Amino acid sequence: MSFPWAKHYAPQNGFTKWIDERLPLPRLVYGAVGAGYPVPRNLNYFWNFGVLAGAALGIQIITGIVLAMHYAANGGVAFDSVEHIMRDVNAGWFLRYAHANGASMFFIVVYIHIFRGLYYGSYKAPREMIWLLGVTIFLLMMATAFMGYVLPWGQMSFWGAQVITGFFSAIPVVGETIRIWLLGGYAPDDAALNRFFSLHYLLPFVIAGVIIMHIWALHIPGSNNPTGVDVKGEQDTVPFHPYYTAKDGFGLGIFLLIFACLIFFAPNYLGHPDNYVPANPLQTPAHIVPEWYFWPFYAILRAFTVDFILPAKLWGVLAMFGSILLLFFLPWLDSSPVRSSNYRPVYRTFFWVLVADVLILGYCGGSPAEPVYVILSQICAAYYFAHFLIILPIIARTERPRPLPNSITEAVLAGKGGTSPMHTAVSGSPVPAE
Amino acid sequence: MATVDSAVPLGEDPAPFHEKAPRRRDFLNIAAVATAGVGGVIAIVPLINQMNPSADVLALSTTEVDLSKIEAGSGIVTSFRKQPLFVRNLTPAEIAAADKVALSELRDPETLEQRTRGKKNWLITLGVCTHLGCIPQGIVASENRGQYGGYFCPCHGSQYDTAARIRKGPAPTNLAVPEYAFTTPTTVTVG
Repeated sequence: MSFPWAKHYAPQNGFTKWIDERLPLPRLVYGAVGAGYPVPRNLNYFWNFGVLAGAALGIQIITGIVLAMHYAANGGVAFDSVEHIMRDVNAGWFLRYAHANGASMFFIVVYIHIFRGLYYGSYKAPREMIWLLGVTIFLLMMATAFMGYVLPWGQMSFWGAQVITGFFSAIPVVGETIRIWLLGGYAPDDAALNRFFSLHYLLPFVIAGVIIMHIWALHIPGSNNPTGVDVKGEQDTVPFHPYYTAKDGFGLGIFLLIFACLIFFAPNYLGHPDNYVPANPLQTPAHIVPEWYFWPFYAILRAFTVDFILPAKLWGVLAMFGSILLLFFLPWLDSSPVRSSNYRPVYRTFFWVLVADVLILGYCGGSPAEPVYVILSQICAAYYFAHFLIILPIIARTERPRPLPNSITEAVLAGKGGTSPMHTAVSGSPVPAE
Repeated sequence: MATVDSAVPLGEDPAPFHEKAPRRRDFLNIAAVATAGVGGVIAIVPLINQMNPSADVLALSTTEVDLSKIEAGSGIVTSFRKQPLFVRNLTPAEIAAADKVALSELRDPETLEQRTRGKKNWLITLGVCTHLGCIPQGIVASENRGQYGGYFCPCHGSQYDTAARIRKGPAPTNLAVPEYAFTTPTTVTVG
């Protein structure tokens, strides 16, 4: 683990020495996020988002634990207990708004983190395991977020649960049985609400566990960097502390500033007014939409309207899950040995097309199921799959990358080390070889 | 087992420990671990089964509906197993429209005859769209009934005809017809 020149922990006094010999926890921290972890010297601000995601999870766990002290998971009182938190509990409104908007912040950060990985090729060898664990975390996050959204037991909570568990009824033969098993009834009710609460409390800790493995796997090859070139020697790295603790700390400040603006000035901007109406099993809201972070996947789900061998509904569900499961195969679909898009002109273009494609899918997913949005979703969903299954493998085989710098230090000294994404040999002449 | 073999005291003949495979000890080992394994797997059954509908949920599984106040052309929504239940009194025109459709045109071919219990005007279905579980509109005449005059699901645009059969949109099957029977000429027991 780590590079040979990593500094070793040296206890400074009798007490830390005594601790180190019995439980070397300070040694672990020193080697993982302290001065004993060498990191490429040229990381830009996109490398803040892993730490920010960890911070977002921490905020969710802390606010969630205190909210659970006031919430009751029973169909009869759940909605009222949330209103009780909002109106009666001291600072309850702040805790709930922080938790609800914290989920959005978590997803914003994680989406940027994922696209950072896509742009700089962080999923490629030797970092495949980090990517696989990351996709796992993403899936767990989606499950957790969905179940959390059900807990206030408003109209969107109820009908969201109805629609999402309805996915499982698309499975041939056993689908309906599975749906009833998941809900513990024929429609969402107390049984479903209670088990969702139980799992919503559990899964964040599972996520924390997978994050530990994600970081463990990261610390074996060490962080990728904007050039994508491997670390060659000590001159290519700086110690994590104080260099990146400071840089991440600055990023965390910006993150909290935006988060605070959301909580204090637009706490319901990302929510749905319908969820302030108590759940009513006998009335569907006119326009059921999930939270914004599910919109691209919801658009893919709705893109299938025609039966083709399998029923349209099953196609939609398969495509939606497939769009995420596909990411597990990404390290092997993109066989180009060059990691950073800054040296891959063709891939870089298609990367931005994919970003636009996902944004359009998101827009369609948040819109009503009108023909124009359905057609747009169909085109964008097809492109999404084509990007990963056709375009990416072809680019990897045919693209002629720009010359790579010999080392991170060489790129940095030439002013193209990538401290800013615009300065990593994007437009300038390639760094001369040798 | 290697440890047992190597535990033979020095100078003693190890022969009794070198039985031909499978040794009795191997058999005991496999039998014990297999039994424990089966026991462990069976212990999962209650953990999974606890998620199925509980007795009180199942106890609410029948609903009585009084049909006497439902005029031809209108319908009511009631609740069956915590799901909306559509009870509709079809007009002769709606029955004729449903009977006119050729089965070959249908995604989920069923006649109105098969979807009712002897009285073709009483169409009793779950009000749960078979796509993703929304409640379709159209039980009340003032709501949007879609272009086939039955039900229209606003979520993803599924359209049902006057026999509540799927005609257009993403839903795969007709609105489900629950088990029910006429207990008196104007009362049905559903479930």
